[in-house]
Amino acid sequence: MALKLEHVTKRFGKFTAVDDLSLEIPEHEIFGFLGRNGAGKTTTFRMILGILDPNEGEISWDGKKIDYSTSPEIGYLPEERGLYPKLTVKEQIVYLARLRKMNKKDALKELDNWLERFKIPEYKTKRVEELSKGNQQKIQFIASVIHKPKLLILDEPFSGLDPVNVELLKTAVIDLKNAGTSIVFSSHQMGHVEELCNYLCIMHHGKTVVNGSLREIKRSFGKKNLMIHADFDLDFLQEFPGVTKAQKTAAGMHLQITGEDVAEAILQQIASRGMIRKFELEEPSLNDIFIEKVGEELE
Amino acid sequence: MKNLNNFWVVLSHTYISKVKRKQFITSTVGTLIFILLMANIVPIIEFFVSLGDDDTKTVVVVDETNQLGELFVDTFQTMHEDTPIKLGEHDEEGLKEQVLNDEIKGYVLLQLDERGIPQATYKAKNLSEFGTQEELNSTLQQVKMVYVAQQMNLSGEQLLLLNEPASFDQEALEEGSKTQEELSQARGLVYILLFVIYFAVILYANMIATEVATEKASRVMEILISSVSPVTQMFAKIIGVGLVGLTQMIIWLGIGYFALQKNVEKMTGGFFSVFGFENASISTIIYAIVFFLLGFFLYATLAALLGSLVSRIEDVAQIISPMTWLIIIGFLLAMFGLYTPEATFITVTSYIPFFTPMIMFMRVGVLNLPVWEPLLGIAVLIVSIILLGNFAAKVYKGGVLMYGASSSLKDIKTALQLGKRNNS
Repeated sequence: MALKLEHVTKRFGKFTAVDDLSLEIPEHEIFGFLGRNGAGKTTTFRMILGILDPNEGEISWDGKKIDYSTSPEIGYLPEERGLYPKLTVKEQIVYLARLRKMNKKDALKELDNWLERFKIPEYKTKRVEELSKGNQQKIQFIASVIHKPKLLILDEPFSGLDPVNVELLKTAVIDLKNAGTSIVFSSHQMGHVEELCNYLCIMHHGKTVVNGSLREIKRSFGKKNLMIHADFDLDFLQEFPGVTKAQKTAAGMHLQITGEDVAEAILQQIASRGMIRKFELEEPSLNDIFIEKVGEELE
Repeated sequence: MKNLNNFWVVLSHTYISKVKRKQFITSTVGTLIFILLMANIVPIIEFFVSLGDDDTKTVVVVDETNQLGELFVDTFQTMHEDTPIKLGEHDEEGLKEQVLNDEIKGYVLLQLDERGIPQATYKAKNLSEFGTQEELNSTLQQVKMVYVAQQMNLSGEQLLLLNEPASFDQEALEEGSKTQEELSQARGLVYILLFVIYFAVILYANMIATEVATEKASRVMEILISSVSPVTQMFAKIIGVGLVGLTQMIIWLGIGYFALQKNVEKMTGGFFSVFGFENASISTIIYAIVFFLLGFFLYATLAALLGSLVSRIEDVAQIISPMTWLIIIGFLLAMFGLYTPEATFITVTSYIPFFTPMIMFMRVGVLNLPVWEPLLGIAVLIVSIILLGNFAAKVYKGGVLMYGASSSLKDIKTALQLGKRNNS
């Protein structure tokens, strides 16, 4: 049931939004898409959903082309959130569920479960325009999962939510994954991706710059972070072989090094110079990888 | 057929959510009240007339000729039995006072001029009530005719001969042509139906454009098009709104028909005969329904296309203004053509798709067209609907994905590009 993208290209006039993208998104996993605005994430999602047709390349889900006959198996939370403001929660969830071939009775039952879970059962008969933005977003999320999709696509699911609701939604996403749903999601926030995804890709100008499992990506990145707090001057480490980046902090220095051997060499050098309060070797963060690969900060 | 299933879901959703809305109920009931008022217009007018009725008051005739008074009163009474009239004393001051005290309606001074011809002066409090003056005037003309005839020693037979109007007949030479009477009746019915077509097309086409723009503005569109193909969605919506319109029409026409039936006797005479309610031609009604439906589909498709280009409801009015102009021009041409239905430019414009629903309908209602003409018009419409539907589906597919501030027809190109399968 894997989702496969092979050499997918999408052009809008002269602008190439997605450029020769090849990905294999494993099933029953959470796959993260990282990238700045305009990197091509939403266009990729729209192609996966069959809303847009790629100029070149193939997209398949479970070996078949995704079209409207597969739509009951797919759930989608668009980046541009939207519900009918004048309809009640019940009316629109039932309508959207019916469009995904779920019957009304099952949809209502499922809706009750979700409202219960999000602790908002009293909103069932309220019109959407009466709800707060956070609650609207929960309804939007319910709309994308109500029909128990096998493939769930979440475009920026956590943006605009307070931390409590982010946790609520995150737990829901993890539960869905454990129940066997394959999930694709995009985010600006590295933290969420690191926390949720075992697999990810980083997109930049329509291309993937990094793609694979989180562990693999971090390992193959090669570089590691080294944090040193010491009572003596560490400035000489900036020129130390194997150090690619150095940043002074209040208590010491934050280094990026090319490998564990460099850390060992540094430790030998400084061990005799005085008191070392902290010496910590860390895996690189996704943020480091992102900056390195894309060459700029992710906002 | 999975798509067919979704077609019904969208259609029923469109229909039910529209019919349940307060707006629909108020507009239906409001118009219904208006129709009922119009259907009962004769009794209502009679009621108000009877409220301010002056007919109980008498008109006094002062006969200064000393010979024509009785003739005048008799003639008046045979012609207008409703208004009481009597001969009065020659006392102008007294009569004046009676008029000002509202005791009598007014008085007529009947005299002979220097040539010996009867003349009359009517004096009343004010001259706002036109009817009585007309009645008195026609009576005077009658009296004068009789009086002069007597002076000339004409016999009764001769007088009759003089009075008899010469007959003027008209006959259309073309076979099957409508007589003048039929023509004016046809014109009245066509006139009303043209209005119905015009308003209905504007109203429901607007509804569709607004509906599409609302779904875009509320951003629910993206979820919709990920579950239903834009084309299915567009046509389901058009037919859904079409059914809403039909529901409204059936309520209005049904109740309006029964209300008219009740009052039809009162409405057949005089003024209303112009509208040809008496023998409304079945074929005209059928053509009206056919051209309304085709006109609706043509304009609704255009409205859906235009609605898909804007992303804010505020922009709907602006983007559909070209469509509104088309409807207005078609309507004005049809109205103009009502009185010159044979004009070449009317014939030509009746085959231009966006004008056909109104102009061809007008021609078929008023003229005696060979059957192939309306059929050709219908064919032109069906082909146009299919072509426009195809084009609209392409624009719609891309248009619904566009979220920009701009709202101009140039966006059609962008939308087409976005919706294209292969634009490399």
